[in-house]
Amino acid sequence: MSSDDKPSEKPTKDKAAKDKSVETRSEKTGTNGATTSAEKSAENGTANKPAPKITDSWVGANPNKRGVPEGLWLGCDGCGATIFRKELEKRLRVCPECNHHFYISAPARISQLLDQDSFEEWFTNISSLDPLGFADRKPYPERLVAERAKTGLDDACITGRGYLRGRPLVCAVTDSAFIMGSMGSVVGEKLTRSIEQATELKLPLVIVSGSGGGARMHEGIYSLMQMGKVCAALARYHEAGGLFISVLTNPTMGGVAASFASLGDLVFAEPKALVGFAGPRVVQATVKAQLPDDFQTSEFMLAHGFIDRIIHRAELRTEIARVIDYCGLRQ
Amino acid sequence: MKKAAQAADPRQGFRSEQNLPVSEEPRQRMKKVAEATHPRQGFRSEQNLPVSEEPRQRMKKVAEATHPRQGFRSEQNLPVNPGFVMRPKQKMDLPFERPLLELEQKIVTLETQPDQAPEVHDEIRKLKVELVRLRREIYENLDPWDTVKWVARNPNRPQTLDYLELVFDEFVELHGDRAYGDDRAILTGFAKLDEIKVMFIGQQKGRDLKERTQSNYGMPHPEGYRKALGRMQMAAKFGLPIVCFIDTPGAYPGVGAEERGQAYQIALNLREMSRIATPIICVVIGEGGSGGALGIGIGDHVAMLQHAYYSVISPEGCAGILWKHVKYADLAARALKFTSGHLKRFGVIDEIIPEPPGGAHSDHRQMAMTLKASLHHNLRELGTIPASKLLDRRYEKFRKIGVFEEKAVEGLLNGEAAV
Repeated sequence: MSSDDKPSEKPTKDKAAKDKSVETRSEKTGTNGATTSAEKSAENGTANKPAPKITDSWVGANPNKRGVPEGLWLGCDGCGATIFRKELEKRLRVCPECNHHFYISAPARISQLLDQDSFEEWFTNISSLDPLGFADRKPYPERLVAERAKTGLDDACITGRGYLRGRPLVCAVTDSAFIMGSMGSVVGEKLTRSIEQATELKLPLVIVSGSGGGARMHEGIYSLMQMGKVCAALARYHEAGGLFISVLTNPTMGGVAASFASLGDLVFAEPKALVGFAGPRVVQATVKAQLPDDFQTSEFMLAHGFIDRIIHRAELRTEIARVIDYCGLRQ
Repeated sequence: MKKAAQAADPRQGFRSEQNLPVSEEPRQRMKKVAEATHPRQGFRSEQNLPVSEEPRQRMKKVAEATHPRQGFRSEQNLPVNPGFVMRPKQKMDLPFERPLLELEQKIVTLETQPDQAPEVHDEIRKLKVELVRLRREIYENLDPWDTVKWVARNPNRPQTLDYLELVFDEFVELHGDRAYGDDRAILTGFAKLDEIKVMFIGQQKGRDLKERTQSNYGMPHPEGYRKALGRMQMAAKFGLPIVCFIDTPGAYPGVGAEERGQAYQIALNLREMSRIATPIICVVIGEGGSGGALGIGIGDHVAMLQHAYYSVISPEGCAGILWKHVKYADLAARALKFTSGHLKRFGVIDEIIPEPPGGAHSDHRQMAMTLKASLHHNLRELGTIPASKLLDRRYEKFRKIGVFEEKAVEGLLNGEAAV
């Protein structure tokens, strides 16, 4: 554990505000996505670019759900407080009043989590096809194009290798803005390849899940089978002695929760993230009774023994680095 | 005498068979014809009930009229429980079977004519042939939504317990999951397939209300998956092959299930099943409902009955999300391409096990025989593969599933090139 970083990692409000400024520039390509990480970014003007485009479009798509109005000020979903946008960005998009964790995109997550410019993205050449010729109210290929334009991502998953406080690791992030972060053939394939690479390179593996959609319906049975495929790769990784840290963020549900996200040697979660198997509405409709207040939150899952630690976004780096040190760094 | 009886009432003809020690061959042939024309009548003769009992006959007639295909069920728990048999609501009027019913009606009218000219006989024979052809044609061209709604979910479709009776010679049920409780939606235990001893895992839906409540409509809780995994690990320890029968609308979406880690348990099953060092055969016998099905669905040979379905989400669920209303379930069913033919083409399943011409529900016994033959064949085949190869083979089987576009890469963008 590197103690020199520690002070700045504390979630104390004033400190965090003083020391941190996060650059969440729109990382369209993802390949050079590793930008300034929190504690290292200088307080010069370039670090504070205008609000990222990605976030705005995502918010615009779901104004009622977890969104924020556009502009300089925004309201917190957790406590209703009005927050200055720049302030929020500085705090890694966590509400300074109530610690509500806002959505962040996969590239932003990578840049928060990994050392500056250390991320090297893999498998950017894989993209989705439409194996079923699926069309609901909108054909799947059109939906893909729209989602790509909206998020600036190729698919719901970014994967690659990088360094976290100097520790090499393989890191994958799913982005809940891209068709609810659902897992289709591409996400399954990227993750499987990454796990295979991690096995071969004997590197720790961190997967940050933000997938409310589970398996992607538009690719039908192929999506379901990705669950089996990724888990089989994890089995091999597990047998080879690899360290897998799964980080659950809001939301992690369905086929993603029921496959790789639950299988970490260590399972961390951000506070108050929605984590579970069946969606709360489905459960509500099935049991026809009042659900517990904290049903399917990180805290609920922690209380029931399926999560090891709930970790504030600002502490995530420190915590991951710490457990990697405990479990040993296999070179 | 037999002929006379038949002329008077064609239904009587088949029943009288039971007492005649006839040679096997012609009897088989007759039965086939009988089943083709009166699929519901064949079973009756097999029940070995005393013919002369008047009240019983009457009861049976009522029962047949109300829910005709239940013959085998009652066999299982003889003596018949009249309360069950008399229940009037089980009659399944499958909409796409209407032309068949009309044809059957026609045949019955002809057959019951008092004096039959040879032309009438010919006509009857022709109609019967047509009936068989039409039934086959209808069932081969079923709409996906009809397949789900009327065939895969047909309450008269044989379920795990029926197959245990008809396919296996013995079933030694093992109940415990060693952690929470006994989930009746997944049955596990030793079973014998002729001389082959296997570990059997099967999802059971239940047929009447009591059974269904007990087995939670075939929707397992985490303890069910835990029980299944425990049995599989035991099977690997003692070198028994594993047979999994999948028949579930999905894993149960309830508060208790979430509290006890539905997602984790299914995930664990997926991971561990890929490393179980003994042959695993999975058969989707009815509904293959998403993660709930996959939770016991990682195997070396994945087969599917012809009219079963295996999907990432139920058509209703998909319609509710993407079409914003459940009434579009038929559209979703077509779009999801989850019927056996599609899945075989996609390479997701290895085998389609054909059903009798009128679907598995029309002839439990024949379905069971076909299924048994398939299990036999595949168990023998998988038995020849050494355990180490088996796991690599299983890994590759799932590894290669997925459709995506891979562009050629320049320079070091590719992961393999970069590391």
